[in-house]
Amino acid sequence: MATVLERVTKVIVDRLGVEENEVKLEASFTGDLGADSLDVVELVMELEDEFDMEISDEDAEGMSTVGDAVSYIEKKQA
Amino acid sequence: MSDLNGKTAIITGASRGIGAEIAKRFAAAGANVVVNYSGSQQKAEAVVEAIEENGGKAIAVKANVADADTVKAMVDETISHFGTVDILVNNAGITRDNLMMRMKDDEWDDVINTNLKGVFICTKAVTRQMMKQRSGRIVNIASIVGVMGNAGQANYVASKAGVIGLTKTTARELASRGITANAVAPGFITTEMTDGLNEEIQQSMMSQIPLGRFGKPEEVAKAALFLASDEASYMTGQTLHLDGGMVM
Ligand SMILES: NC(=O)c1ccc[n+]([C@@H]2O[C@H](COP(=O)([O-])OP(=O)(O)OC[C@H]3O[C@@H](n4cnc5c(N)ncnc54)[C@H](OP(=O)(O)O)[C@@H]3O)[C@@H](O)[C@H]2O)c1
Repeated sequence: MATVLERVTKVIVDRLGVEENEVKLEASFTGDLGADSLDVVELVMELEDEFDMEISDEDAEGMSTVGDAVSYIEKKQA
Repeated sequence: MSDLNGKTAIITGASRGIGAEIAKRFAAAGANVVVNYSGSQQKAEAVVEAIEENGGKAIAVKANVADADTVKAMVDETISHFGTVDILVNNAGITRDNLMMRMKDDEWDDVINTNLKGVFICTKAVTRQMMKQRSGRIVNIASIVGVMGNAGQANYVASKAGVIGLTKTTARELASRGITANAVAPGFITTEMTDGLNEEIQQSMMSQIPLGRFGKPEEVAKAALFLASDEASYMTGQTLHLDGGMVM
């Protein structure tokens, strides 16, 4: 079973077309990974599908790095 | 001939008038059609029957466009029934005419909620699916009075001018995802909405129409079909005037 980080990484690589090794916990979506604001909205949508959960707009606004997304999902799954 | 083979289209307010005509024409062009209505269930079902008699596919779905929850349920039902949503036609609309000095807050709110907020809600609800598939067509039915103004229709004119602005923003926000948004601005089209106007108003409207007649719902449907099809692939953010030349 893949870890949350591995699954999040795969979604990001597919969506943003970046290399796997660029997807570090501290990497920010817009700053480091080249996402625009619409990309971030889409990323959140795909994470919702991947992890079968709803992420509210308020929560989504609080996610700016890969680590933010991973810890949010881990907490919600716990 | 514009072709919508295999596409799925939601037409809001398709139980009567212009929306019913759009639904029939889209189905004849090969689309799976969702005939949305808010109250006129029998009329919506009659539209579905007419489509099916012609060999087309359609379902009637009740939803108030101004209510995000029922709209979401409609989009979910569309996807579970037809698998996707490729086209949204925001056609549902109402009038509550009055001189501004007499217009009640309720009259203002009802029209803005249905005609403008409804377009926002429905557009938002289909965007997720369209973004995922990297394609989509949004066609908004505005009105020529949204361009020229009209005494006695402050609420309606504001809503329709709002729809034209919203169309441009939708076009800009979603262009990178292969989604286009355009509007049609009809002039005076013969439907139940305009049958209610008195003879005097109808005469004075007529005198402003260079083509010398009122429009027909199917003439609006043809323009909507064009905008929803591949024929309009390089067009986005535009408003087509369909008004017999009233505004040039
Ligand atoms: N007729 C004209 O001359 C003219 C000119 C310019 C623009 N337009 C625009 O064209 C569109 C259609 O007009 P029309 O003349 O065909 O009007 P219509 O004959 O009065 O039909 C209106 C349609 O909208 C539906 N509707 C109303 N409120 C709704 C809501 N809250 N949620 C869902 N559906 C709702 C109605 O369904 P129910 O019966 O189930 O309520 C009906 O199917 C409108 O946006 C109108 O502003 C018309």
